[in-house]
Amino acid sequence: MTLLDIVDLHISVEEREIIKGIDLQVEAGEIHAIMGPNGSGKSTLTNALAGQEGYQINHGSAHLEDKDLLELSVEERARAGLFLAFQYPVELPGVSNVEFLKTAVDSLRRANGLDDISTVNFMKELRQLVKKLDLDPEILKRGVNEGFSGGERKRNEIVQLLCLKPRVALLDETDSGLDIDALQTVARGIKEFRSPRTGIVLVTHYQRLLEFVQPDYVHVMLDGRLVRSGDASLALELEAKGYAWLEN
Amino acid sequence: MKLQEPRKPEEVLAQEYTAGFVTNIETESLPPGLSEEVVRKISELKSEPEWLTEWRVDAFHKWLEMEEPKWAHLEYPAIDFQKISYFARPKGEPPKSLDEVDPEILQTYEKLGIPLHEQKMLAGVVETETTPVAVDAVFDSVSIATTFKNTLREHGVIFCSFSEAVESHPDLLRQYLGKVVPIRDNFYSALNSAVFSDGSFVYIPKGVRCPMELSTYFRINAANTGQFERTLIIADEGSHVSYLEGCTAPMRDENQLHAAVVELIALDDAEIKYSTVQNWYPGDEHGRGGIYNFVTKRGMCRGARSHISWTQVETGSAITWKYPSVILRGDHSVGEFYSVALTNNHQQADTGTKMTHIGNNTKSTIISKGISAGKSSNAYRGLVRMNPGARNARNFTQCDSLLIGSECAAHTFPYIESKRRDSIVEHEATATRVSEDQMFLCQQRGIDPEKAVSMIVNGFCKEVFRTLPMEFAMEASKLLEVSLEGAVG
Ligand SMILES: Nc1ncnc2c1ncn2[C@@H]1O[C@H](COP(=O)(O)OP(=O)(O)OP(=O)(O)O)[C@@H](O)[C@H]1O
Ligand SMILES: [Mg+2]
Repeated sequence: MTLLDIVDLHISVEEREIIKGIDLQVEAGEIHAIMGPNGSGKSTLTNALAGQEGYQINHGSAHLEDKDLLELSVEERARAGLFLAFQYPVELPGVSNVEFLKTAVDSLRRANGLDDISTVNFMKELRQLVKKLDLDPEILKRGVNEGFSGGERKRNEIVQLLCLKPRVALLDETDSGLDIDALQTVARGIKEFRSPRTGIVLVTHYQRLLEFVQPDYVHVMLDGRLVRSGDASLALELEAKGYAWLEN
Repeated sequence: MKLQEPRKPEEVLAQEYTAGFVTNIETESLPPGLSEEVVRKISELKSEPEWLTEWRVDAFHKWLEMEEPKWAHLEYPAIDFQKISYFARPKGEPPKSLDEVDPEILQTYEKLGIPLHEQKMLAGVVETETTPVAVDAVFDSVSIATTFKNTLREHGVIFCSFSEAVESHPDLLRQYLGKVVPIRDNFYSALNSAVFSDGSFVYIPKGVRCPMELSTYFRINAANTGQFERTLIIADEGSHVSYLEGCTAPMRDENQLHAAVVELIALDDAEIKYSTVQNWYPGDEHGRGGIYNFVTKRGMCRGARSHISWTQVETGSAITWKYPSVILRGDHSVGEFYSVALTNNHQQADTGTKMTHIGNNTKSTIISKGISAGKSSNAYRGLVRMNPGARNARNFTQCDSLLIGSECAAHTFPYIESKRRDSIVEHEATATRVSEDQMFLCQQRGIDPEKAVSMIVNGFCKEVFRTLPMEFAMEASKLLEVSLEGAVG
């Protein structure tokens, strides 16, 4: 079953076309890695899919299962099951992680006609998740990303992912800036999320993460296009040769 | 092709004022205008003793010589003081007990969620496990009812309307009235001293911890009237009291004046905690109508180790001019000011505090959180003064502004006057915006933009809300949400 279906998508930012025609189908259970040089348009694609403002869709379509993502507001896309782990997670000073996540979980549940989650069950699960991601439980009382280190922010994105349980996760460089142990921790989190029901798009610069979470496909993005697709071995080749050989 | 709809935080803002209804009752009021005769008439209507009448008349003459303050960062047309009625009360014999109060008025308080029935409240206690709150309800110029008076009397606590205190406790009143805020303090305090109508009086005897929260709920109902209440709280040696104040008014197209005076006195080792949730009608989205709120609030830490703490949540009024202050006279006394001021649409606020350090080892803390949205203007104005005789005085000030949208303004005017080497004055200030990235994060996690803004604003105010009594903190947080609630543009 196709979870995410992107057809000939063109996106511009401030009148400049950045994404110049992308096709991507993510089937349930699959992990797709997208690699590519800085500025090639990886974040533009993931942010625009999530509905961030400032991106104009010039052409093409994007569906999550049967839902036309481009017709939905940001929160409706989230409620349809789309999750974006940010390349640069921002702070919400004074809004505790607990409050933030509980509000988010309840918003998603309400959209699906469910009652709010019981605080006891929620806290139990959240504490376990935080432990799994090797974060200090005290972090739950602190503001979202408030004063968090770069690595803590990235791990916190995975806490949110596992807590919100979307269908499709777009992970934008969640492995960047992590120390060796944290990289493994994050990889474990991603593997936990992986299931026959979910799909993952993994934006990364390093082959390292892909050693821990084997992707089904690796795509190379150059100047707003996916110029080459292959299996996990493509990542190794890129690591050895860089991107220049793909330009023509 | 479809352009992605941006949702800017300011677009989700729209004021929805839920307390804006009018109570239909017959009101008797003095015709508009102010003169010595009117002042005497007010005193007569309230059957006041001569000393108070003369005090008012004296204040009136002083007021005539004074000029409206112009230094605040506020813009508004000149107020015509002859167009205002200075006294309004529900028609008929004043009620002697709750049973005699006009049902329309009782309903008003019910609608506003203010409990006036002790029995009901006590029943509620079992259900919600909240502590009861004693309420003095002031409707236009008069106090309608004061609850839990008997329970409080058992502890020696006096909690009654100002008018009642004039009759029953004239000595205390004469001793303290106008001692913290002198008549001449400013234009509006002089005006209030001449025409003040009602308000609350509190006395906590030596060593008594007041067994419940005390509160006064002010409601302006009548049109074209001003409200000029006066509150006096005296905490005797070693006593402790927590006092709450709430205010609302109907939506009307013309501006109405509210000029209150609040005086607090804390003797040795006494502690007064004064919390305000000010939700006067702010005017509509075009800046029409709304309350002009010119208020003088000051506390005197008279005794050693005394402690006065102001917490205010200011979300209402078209104009707010208010500086709850503390005079730290007793050695080791402590003054605190915690403030959340939210302005939206065309609201203007110039608010802050004044900490005057006179005693040795005195300490003050100022935490101010200003939130501006719409086309509003929000200014913090603070003065920290270390008198030459104040040894080892300390102040910490933090004032943060949060801006929502690009058409609003935030200002800070912190003044420090200190000639002493041994005093420590720390000042921190920040200005931030609710960013589109923050909104995007919240919405990406499934949260509505309205909820996102209120969550971010609440987070910004957390330090101040922490100082409010539990129920009030929840009310304040809900109020912010309502003030920020509305359709997405
Ligand atoms: N809001 C914006 N305004 C102007 N230009 C933008 C904006 N967002 C993206 N761009 C431009 O679009 C191009 C693609 O940027 P994008 O962030 O998608 O790259 P990326 O592949 O994610 O790079 P990196 O690997 O460095 O994260 C860059 O040239 C960038 O400067
Ligand atoms: Mg990027």
